[in-house]
Amino acid sequence: MSWFEKLVPSTIRTNSSNKKNTVPEGLWNKCPSCNAILYNTELERNFSVCPKCDHHIRINARTRLALFLDEEGREEIGKGLKPVDPLKFKDSKRYKDRVSQAQKETKENDALVVMQGFLKGQPIVAAAFDFSFMGGSMGSVVGERFVRGVNRSLEIGAPFIVFTASGGARMQESLFSLFQMTKTSAVLTKLSEAGLPYISFMTDPTMGGVSASLAMLGDINVAEPNALIGFAGPRVIEQTVREKLPEGFQRSEFLQEHGAIDMIIDRREMREKISDILSMLMSGRIKPAVDTVVETIVETEIVVGQEMPVDVVVVEIIEQPENDTP
Amino acid sequence: MDLKFLDFEQPIAELEAKIAELRKVEFDNDINISDAIEQLEEKSEALTSTIFAKLSDWQISQLSRHPGRPYTLDYIEHIFTDFQELHGDRTYADDPAIVCGLARLDGQAVMIIGHQKGRDTKEKIYRNFGMPRPEGYRKALRVMKMAERFKLPIICLIDTPGAYPGIGAEERGQSEAIARNLFEMAQLKTPVICTIIGEGGSGGALAIGVGDRLIMMEYSTYSVISPEGCASILWKSADKSQLAAEAMGITSDRVREQGFLDEVVREPLGGAHRDFKTTTGNLRETLLRHLAELKVEPLDTMLAKRYQRMMSYGAYSDEPVKA
Repeated sequence: MSWFEKLVPSTIRTNSSNKKNTVPEGLWNKCPSCNAILYNTELERNFSVCPKCDHHIRINARTRLALFLDEEGREEIGKGLKPVDPLKFKDSKRYKDRVSQAQKETKENDALVVMQGFLKGQPIVAAAFDFSFMGGSMGSVVGERFVRGVNRSLEIGAPFIVFTASGGARMQESLFSLFQMTKTSAVLTKLSEAGLPYISFMTDPTMGGVSASLAMLGDINVAEPNALIGFAGPRVIEQTVREKLPEGFQRSEFLQEHGAIDMIIDRREMREKISDILSMLMSGRIKPAVDTVVETIVETEIVVGQEMPVDVVVVEIIEQPENDTP
Repeated sequence: MDLKFLDFEQPIAELEAKIAELRKVEFDNDINISDAIEQLEEKSEALTSTIFAKLSDWQISQLSRHPGRPYTLDYIEHIFTDFQELHGDRTYADDPAIVCGLARLDGQAVMIIGHQKGRDTKEKIYRNFGMPRPEGYRKALRVMKMAERFKLPIICLIDTPGAYPGIGAEERGQSEAIARNLFEMAQLKTPVICTIIGEGGSGGALAIGVGDRLIMMEYSTYSVISPEGCASILWKSADKSQLAAEAMGITSDRVREQGFLDEVVREPLGGAHRDFKTTTGNLRETLLRHLAELKVEPLDTMLAKRYQRMMSYGAYSDEPVKA
């Protein structure tokens, strides 16, 4: 409270302080880690990473995909899928009502958004969890969208990447939810068979059933700095073992130290690093039908205008007949 | 035998105590009161029937964890012959919460994998209450791959409160161990039959629960989270466990209604712990029948069906989207 407000009689003070709270909404943001007050536009420009302390602030699925994919040529997959309530589940609230509320708040139908698109001109299918939708919990729609995304990857011969942010399985769907772990893991066997890269990009938090299925199965497992990643929640572990948990327990750095992830990638570098990794992983593949590749390249060249080695790829194709073996 | 009656079985417990007392009187005094005893026994059986005819989901959940229930090693003893236990994940340790081994089922060699709980305090601790650490799942995976190589069918017996939530378990990649099993089991080139014999506790159960058949014992449960856990998260109170058990639909009959099961194996009156021989006999018959079906199926067909089954999991609506 400023010195001036302190002078104002209390009877008329309340209004002004209320107003004061509402004014900055949407304009300013506070870093949950260092409490720095940040200007939203600047924050967005910085991929929602705090410029003061490098804390990676949670972002929703659509923002993630917008930051990750090239601007042009995006197509959403499984958009029409919507959750149902197979068990007529009701706790203190009905599952149906929880879903409608989450849908209203997030403007999403469920906790996973999947898109086909391009990353620096290379075709890719990308999925992102929305933690703000019921804690990013995995129910039937999340599983089915994931499967359709992987199937699209198989169809077009492109890599698949998922950005996870989830508390785990969605209890209100009971076994329907538990078995999404089986379903998503099973579909990944096809990607592996086809020799297409799967990248699991874990963000804060990735726990429970999501961590113990699709998230840990990447050809490359990546995490954002300081993300909470693990099977059991810290509170459950603390109650079970009755010890204080070590500093940094279940954080990205801890996981890398224990061999669970390949690397930690700063959000601001995700496009560069992932695109680089993928182009290396994909370089050993026999190229698919020439026309489609050329078409893609031409399209992206015009639209995106990225500095990609268009000529090199085309030359490679010309030099390598379709059924050539490396 | 000390039956360790559950709360809702108290009326039965009282009758049984009376019967035991009469037997003792008869024995000590050399008198004949067998008619009276017989009557009481009939009454006890009728009472058990009545109580067990309308068990609540929460009561079944308690039965699934009954300390007298047959565990994996009991099933192995009664159903299989020539059991040779295989230990260790070849990397870190042997996890006694999961038992693996070769054995014969009606003469044919199979690989058995099952969670193991302990009966007395010492064994409970040794078995970690049936809660595996990553090395348990990795041991299971190791023997599964071996079974695949030697073309042996795999029998999984599931009975766990869940994967162990411990510091070491996290450090050694509990999530990865479970995920890897799901991934590998989806494509194992040998028949896999999974049976929930007691508690099917979430991911810890699922990690040895992917296969061509899913069977549940009558008084077993299968759930995404324990009723207590669900209650404390959604109702913010652990004593709403009864409601949570009900809401999640975790009993064998409810899971079958949801379309996930191939079969429910009936248990004797009063539950599996009352009569190991009948219980294990029933499961043996079921396992043999499903194994015979799977053995004549071409491998490709079997794998395609398994994949189809996994892809069919889920309940959602799919509306066309306007462009």
